[in-house]
Amino acid sequence: MSLRTDQSLIAEWIKPRSRVLDLGCGDGTLMAHLQEHQEVKGYGLEIDEENIVQCIHKGVDVIQTDLDKGLSEFKKDTFDYVIMTQTLQAIRYPDRLLKEMTRVGREAIVTFPNMGHWKNRIQLALAGHMPKSKTLPYEWYNTPNIHLCTLTDFENLCAVNNIEILDRATVDHEHQSSLGMKLFPNLLGEIAIYRFRQND
Amino acid sequence: MQEGTRPVDNVGLVEPKTAHFSETLELASGSKLQSFDIVYETYGELNKERSNAILICHALSGDHHVAGYHTPQDKKPGWWDNAIGPNRAIDTNRFFVVSPNNIGGCSGSTGPLTTNPETGKPYGPDFPLVTVKDWVKTQAMLADKLGIDVWAVIIGGSLGGMQCLEWSIAYPDRLKHTFVIAAAPKLSTQNIAFNEVARQAIRSDQNFNDGHYYENDNKPELGLMLARMLGHITYLSDDALDEKFGRELRDGKLKFGYDAEFQIESYLRYQGRSFVGRFDANSYLLLTKVLDYFDPASDTDGSLAKAMAPATAEFLVISFSSDWRFSPERSQEIVSALLDADKCVSYIEIQSKQGHDSFLMPIPRYHQVLSTALDRIAEGLGIS
Repeated sequence: MSLRTDQSLIAEWIKPRSRVLDLGCGDGTLMAHLQEHQEVKGYGLEIDEENIVQCIHKGVDVIQTDLDKGLSEFKKDTFDYVIMTQTLQAIRYPDRLLKEMTRVGREAIVTFPNMGHWKNRIQLALAGHMPKSKTLPYEWYNTPNIHLCTLTDFENLCAVNNIEILDRATVDHEHQSSLGMKLFPNLLGEIAIYRFRQND
Repeated sequence: MQEGTRPVDNVGLVEPKTAHFSETLELASGSKLQSFDIVYETYGELNKERSNAILICHALSGDHHVAGYHTPQDKKPGWWDNAIGPNRAIDTNRFFVVSPNNIGGCSGSTGPLTTNPETGKPYGPDFPLVTVKDWVKTQAMLADKLGIDVWAVIIGGSLGGMQCLEWSIAYPDRLKHTFVIAAAPKLSTQNIAFNEVARQAIRSDQNFNDGHYYENDNKPELGLMLARMLGHITYLSDDALDEKFGRELRDGKLKFGYDAEFQIESYLRYQGRSFVGRFDANSYLLLTKVLDYFDPASDTDGSLAKAMAPATAEFLVISFSSDWRFSPERSQEIVSALLDADKCVSYIEIQSKQGHDSFLMPIPRYHQVLSTALDRIAEGLGIS
């Protein structure tokens, strides 16, 4: 049960004994890690039955949820962190869900594939087709990723919604980070990781 | 039992036991029972630590005979045999399973058929109305008798799920986990309406005689049959009925009369008639009332989250996509309250076709969820 680098980064950002809600928690790997190593409490939300069984197997409390329906069952500031890894781009109304995340959690953390990565730019600009990569393996007609964005797009949305960005990191598809990525995150980062909160 | 005639993962031949309680039982209604019996079955072995016990709470027409066979000639095993046995989802190699018949029923525990010590005749309609609270209280008394301080898991579907909720509220220290399956935190108006039609069917039967029908040989069979037919429709989904019977005719053509012409008609009549043979009308009336009355939130200003506050058990809530009697939305009400009350809870909606009755079916994903959760629990208890 090893963490991806984006998950490891998130784990570093989360304070021990926090209350965490993990949206689209998959097989529960991150929550199980946080529970075991950081005494975190909370729930995973997941839609896929097989993943839910895996969560139960790992002892992660999981609620079958369609994230497109929002988080209305949770009250304001119920959690210290609301996490969503690699799911934002598959959400029908990402702007609404981001607001929901900052309502339910004091802080929120998301990771998503960066459409502004140079390989994606080249595929569209020179080869003239929709970008495909290890993080974005689908064809345009069968992709679940209906709302792809770049770091710039994401930060613009945060600005419009008065969301304050507290931390930003980028990694490549092997989930490594580099100096180049720190200097030119929107060009060289394949996966973006943000920690943010709602300003009143 | 003969080798090889039945699957090895069946609990085999079982014998019901009776626990007698000579103390007076005060009921939620204020009525009292001077003494009472609970009939129950057990499967598997209670371990030395007494930590591996699972309680199964039955639904409206269920009873203590959950798994195995009473005689080698039995055509059908207990009502949840597909889930209980060696290496089955609820594995009797690891767990000690206890399944009582609730009081007020008609399968051996004290109920309307029991002789009233004050009159020397069956209680009949004079048997006091009981509630889920009363049932859970008597189940706790049975647990005391069996030496079980804490249940590893309490499992119940439908009305059984309501007992799980009540256990977690009334005796939070006496259960570690509970599986609340195809349940609801209270009946909907529509549910109560269905129950009322069922009751009126029985009560308006000319043989009902205000419930005093044991003396003469004429039981309110027609009324009970109608009640069951109605109930049966609500336990299945439109799709399941359509798939099973469609508009198929028994004789292949219309006969322009009122005999059972469509297959569904004869199926319902058969279900109704066979129910009459095994169930008592007074019990049925009483059990529908138990359902109607259950509403733990009524003690806490209508807040289910407040009602669940005392609970310490870890909850697994399971619903079924085609269940319209106790729909997934009703299970989600339970989940929302538990989240609100900051309890440990997992929730899954199983895709199924069979309506409310899905909770009795061996749906692979459903049984996988049960066995995965129980594996984890067994691991926590140190049971291999």
